[in-house]
Amino acid sequence: MAEFFVDRLSLSAPVGYTLAALIQCVLIVALIGVAALLFIWMERKISGRIQDRWGPNRVGGKFGWFQTLADGMKLLTKEDLAPKDAQVILFRLAPYVSFAASFSAYLALPFADGWVIAPMTMGLFFILAVLGLEVFGVILGGYASGSKWSLFGAIRQAAQVVSYEVPLAMCAVVPVFLCGTMDLVAIGEKQAGLFTNWLVFHDPFTFVIFWVYFTCTVASVNRSPFDLPEAESELVAGFLTEYSGLRWSFFFMAEYSSMLLVSGLAAILFFGGWNGPLPIFHCIGWAYQQSETTWRLTGYLANLAGCVNFLAKAVLGVTVMMWVRWTLPRLRIDQVITVCLKYCVPLAAICFVGALMWQTLAWPSPNDLVPVTPAGKAGVREQWVLQQAKNAGRENLVGVSGPATDMPVTDIVVRPLEQEGGEG
Amino acid sequence: MMLLATLDWYSLFFLLFALLTCGFAVGVLFSDNIVHMAFYLTLSLGSCAGLFFLAGAPFVGAMQLMIYVGGTVVLLAFGVMLTANANFSSLRIPRGGWVVSLIVGGLLLVLLLTAALRVESWRTPRDEAVLPLAEVQTATVLGAGLTGVRVDKLHEDDPVTRRGMSGYLLPFVIISVHLLVVLVGAAYMARTRIYRRSASGNPRSRTG
Repeated sequence: MAEFFVDRLSLSAPVGYTLAALIQCVLIVALIGVAALLFIWMERKISGRIQDRWGPNRVGGKFGWFQTLADGMKLLTKEDLAPKDAQVILFRLAPYVSFAASFSAYLALPFADGWVIAPMTMGLFFILAVLGLEVFGVILGGYASGSKWSLFGAIRQAAQVVSYEVPLAMCAVVPVFLCGTMDLVAIGEKQAGLFTNWLVFHDPFTFVIFWVYFTCTVASVNRSPFDLPEAESELVAGFLTEYSGLRWSFFFMAEYSSMLLVSGLAAILFFGGWNGPLPIFHCIGWAYQQSETTWRLTGYLANLAGCVNFLAKAVLGVTVMMWVRWTLPRLRIDQVITVCLKYCVPLAAICFVGALMWQTLAWPSPNDLVPVTPAGKAGVREQWVLQQAKNAGRENLVGVSGPATDMPVTDIVVRPLEQEGGEG
Repeated sequence: MMLLATLDWYSLFFLLFALLTCGFAVGVLFSDNIVHMAFYLTLSLGSCAGLFFLAGAPFVGAMQLMIYVGGTVVLLAFGVMLTANANFSSLRIPRGGWVVSLIVGGLLLVLLLTAALRVESWRTPRDEAVLPLAEVQTATVLGAGLTGVRVDKLHEDDPVTRRGMSGYLLPFVIISVHLLVVLVGAAYMARTRIYRRSASGNPRSRTG
């Protein structure tokens, strides 16, 4: 986007980059805000339907569309209280810490081919690192509230998140070695083609490991049945006990946005990201080829459709999380830790080794039955390689010979350990 | 608009992050509540990660976030658990503590500074045209080094300089095993001791 401002609109580089950064920030805030509005409405509606009642049906028409807005108004007008025993500064800061952590994880999340705010070679690693920081705000809030319920909730949250990070990382590593890169855009692009090319269908082990991943993410964003930190029936409201009004809603914004984030991550890692089940845009030739460096309208439209596709998958993931929440009863804390250490970790470890074996021995995957894939996995380049090619093209275009043009476009690409059986 | 164009953004952000890092580090020193300390420490380490991102080393930056900031969260949890019986208890430093910590800290600073200044290319001004890491934007080299192959030394003919080729596998494994031992030891020490009424009449014999 910054390149667009600098090249096409001939703004100076700092202005272009600042403008691009501002626009991207606003877009992400808007996305999170709209997503939270939508998800809270969905949560009410889905829980209603699961419990055989209507859910919201008065505010804003038959389906209660404006229920969340009404909730928001109510929250805004609530008094911003801090308990007498609280440490006021930490108490007031904690919701922002949580929100900022889950917000900044979106920096590295691609929404379509190349549509990512900060193209990083280790996007996945960055997201996992930042996602783990959300618990920080919860612990701070729980501690600073000066209430025993909050403290119990915070300590539970710490135990839970720290334990579930282990199997979560083990699950996330599998797509990394299947694709040979931590670049999320490259991981998504490598799954282009029919839905059989999605990593969840790569072999039985990846299929299992997706469900382990899903369980771990549900636990790490502390949704029911793992919502021990705010278990209403035993801890009043856990770490949220003393919060009210806008600060309380910041915690919820953080929760809903990280739900969307981990579902989006699941879509990229296991469900082909922005690639639809049928490669329509590849077949009619609209989607960008790997070697392309120039902008064109059809490619943009293909990317837009990809973005819609990606968001649909992410929202579907969130919906499943809601379905799980209203279906399963809450676990006890010892059961939560048991599920992690006795089931998730061994399962993840076995599937890790199994998927590794499958890939190394080049055993067949369902995708081998499909005759044509638009872009082979080996043909996908990481973003920085493409960026270098693009930069070289730009420099040539402008006619400036800088140091970058002398530099050959390096072809060090982390290839998959094994080429796909069908291509070899 | 003109102001935006004339500013040196890189230096500005560097100064901003450096100030944040140092400021919160001082905050750690001068607060006496362990949770406040951990909070400041997290912010300081986080700004340090910002410095790494600014320097174009996203892997090290994310590492910093994952290991140091994430580790501090665990530290924070332990701090809360250890001090939670008295509400917001504070840590008092013994009277001679300042002197000892000054000596230890000063020695560490001298050691780090001498080590840093011995690196030739860090003392001399950087040649803008030679950016050794610019064309290697992947962590493959680093990862290969950790698992035993120094890709950057493969072309060396001289056997003396090739000696470093074995990579960092042995230290890496030693550190991993060491950490594993620490983990097992911590789990052993922190395990729940179950007290049972034994048959011999001793009411509280330890079995676990």
